[in-house]
Amino acid sequence: MTAYILQRIFQALAVMVVVAFVSFLMFNFVGDPVDNMVGQEASYEDREEMRDRLGLNDPFVVQFARFVGNAVRGEFGISYRLQRPVATLISERMPATLELVGASALLSILIGIPLGVYTGIRRYAISSRVILTLSLAGVSLPTFVIGILLIYVFSVNLGWLPSFGRGQATQIGWWSTSFLTVSGWKAIIMPSITLALFQMTLILRLVRSEMLEVMRTDYIKFARARGLPDRLINFGHAFKNTLVPVITIIGLNVGSLIAFSIITETVFQWPGMGFLFIQAVGFADVPVMAAYLVMVAAIFVAINLIVDILYFVVDPRLRVDRTVASGSGE
Amino acid sequence: MSDNPLGVSRPTSLLHRILDSDIFYSFSHSPITVLSAIVTAIFFLAAAFAPWVAPHNPFDPATLDLLDAFTPPAWEEDGSTKFLLGTDDQGRDILSTIIYGSRVSLIVGFSAVLFSVILGVGLGLLAGYLGGWLETIVMRMADVQLTIPAILVALMIDGVARILVPVHLRDELAIYVLILAIGISDWPRYARVTRGAALVERNKEYVSAARVIGVHPIKIMLRHVLPNVLGPVLVLATIGLALAIITEATLSFLGVGVPPTQPSLGTLIRIGNNFLFSGEWWITLFPSIALVILVLAVNLLGDWLRDALNPKLR
Repeated sequence: MTAYILQRIFQALAVMVVVAFVSFLMFNFVGDPVDNMVGQEASYEDREEMRDRLGLNDPFVVQFARFVGNAVRGEFGISYRLQRPVATLISERMPATLELVGASALLSILIGIPLGVYTGIRRYAISSRVILTLSLAGVSLPTFVIGILLIYVFSVNLGWLPSFGRGQATQIGWWSTSFLTVSGWKAIIMPSITLALFQMTLILRLVRSEMLEVMRTDYIKFARARGLPDRLINFGHAFKNTLVPVITIIGLNVGSLIAFSIITETVFQWPGMGFLFIQAVGFADVPVMAAYLVMVAAIFVAINLIVDILYFVVDPRLRVDRTVASGSGE
Repeated sequence: MSDNPLGVSRPTSLLHRILDSDIFYSFSHSPITVLSAIVTAIFFLAAAFAPWVAPHNPFDPATLDLLDAFTPPAWEEDGSTKFLLGTDDQGRDILSTIIYGSRVSLIVGFSAVLFSVILGVGLGLLAGYLGGWLETIVMRMADVQLTIPAILVALMIDGVARILVPVHLRDELAIYVLILAIGISDWPRYARVTRGAALVERNKEYVSAARVIGVHPIKIMLRHVLPNVLGPVLVLATIGLALAIITEATLSFLGVGVPPTQPSLGTLIRIGNNFLFSGEWWITLFPSIALVILVLAVNLLGDWLRDALNPKLR
């Protein structure tokens, strides 16, 4: 088991080095950083002096090592557009994004899993078919269209919910939360539904197909023959065995929730990292883009690692047979 | 074919063979699939013949009249039958902008999918058939990219490319940048499938036989290995088309895709979104509906194709 975890950690580090390298290339070679800092009238000598001071004339490897060193300490330079340290900008906006992602993840799990189990057990019921058809629509609705539709119905027509921002936020230390005010709760309803819908349909369909698969197996038939109550069979025997793929998908989905929060945050002008990032892309603000890339990659890699390790907790077979584990990363 | 023990192909016409096939049978017996095929075909035809199909030319300033701006759809109170789905802020007919917009969306979607297929299948074939360090590099790259959602990869490539392109060329090159970004964001899926199939075929006797008689490796890959992956790749590409259309629309909606001078469906939704609060809902809702219907139809076709081509389900 230790070997397996070490191997996974090594892989995670390798991915991070690649991402850091891409981000470093972007930082240094996409546009001239000196051009972005000095004015048009700066002389050649001024520029050279600045290059020396910034270390841009050092050997490539030294520059990369310095970049990684700074990145580990969370320093990504100064935003071209806002003229403030990127680290401050991101840490200011991280709570908003994480609260949105957390609320959406909870929503998609709490609704997706029960519906998936239900449609898996009552396969031929009309209600199951309706749920499945609706879920197909959920897969085909682009995130931003869901957001626009919700805004049109609940903000423009009914006027119940705010269409932008996160309401009144309360500062607790460095974290700012919107869960302590009524306006904050109202503001998070539509963005979190928008973000959750796609993941919810994915989880629903996955749980359903896994349930159908497990229901066909011999031990479920045997459990029925023994006359065990349905409840015990459905949840104690069947559902428990769908957990490995379900946990994988949920874990990986938290990553894609962070990526898709870019879209949701833009639609609802949610003051999070995604909104910051999309503005950075529009203004060619390379330090912010590079920092966001490294940060999001770090979150993804961490999630992947946690999911891999969770396998051991959920599936006892893996503790015995390691070859299965390496094949289950698909 | 079982009544034909010698395996000699009967001289039947291509049309007859298509009508006789399993795939056509499963197609014609699924009403939803037929419907989505019709919807997709309507979109394709309307997009291909946009100048003839669209009631107005929304990009010819000579035909635009600002007095027509913000006309609601024909069935609303102030609507006019001249503009079936209403007009936008510049007096452009919404139905016509949707038809021209689907054209841009479909062109970008198709080109991006073609680009990913060529890149993914090419690299997958080389990796699976040749193996060795090439395989390691290609598949590791695919693994790394798969840990990051495609939309983020596309956004990054798009963002970097926009910085590299000079400002005055940005709008002109936006479509190509978009095709490149979306195309690169989706190649790992094709590479994985192709490599898997190539690994299986590589060790089969007919491939060894071809190798022994001295057929060039590239010819073996294209003639013998490639045909085995076309089925799964076609399924992936159909669903990939729906994904590419969504990705394009999303990037355009975020303002980093197709410029307003030659709008796609996503750009139209972005423009219309500004008027949602002042009551002109049709400017953004109709392009949204068109986008959803197009994506849903392509997705349903892809779902059906996956089941129809899956030998396990036959």
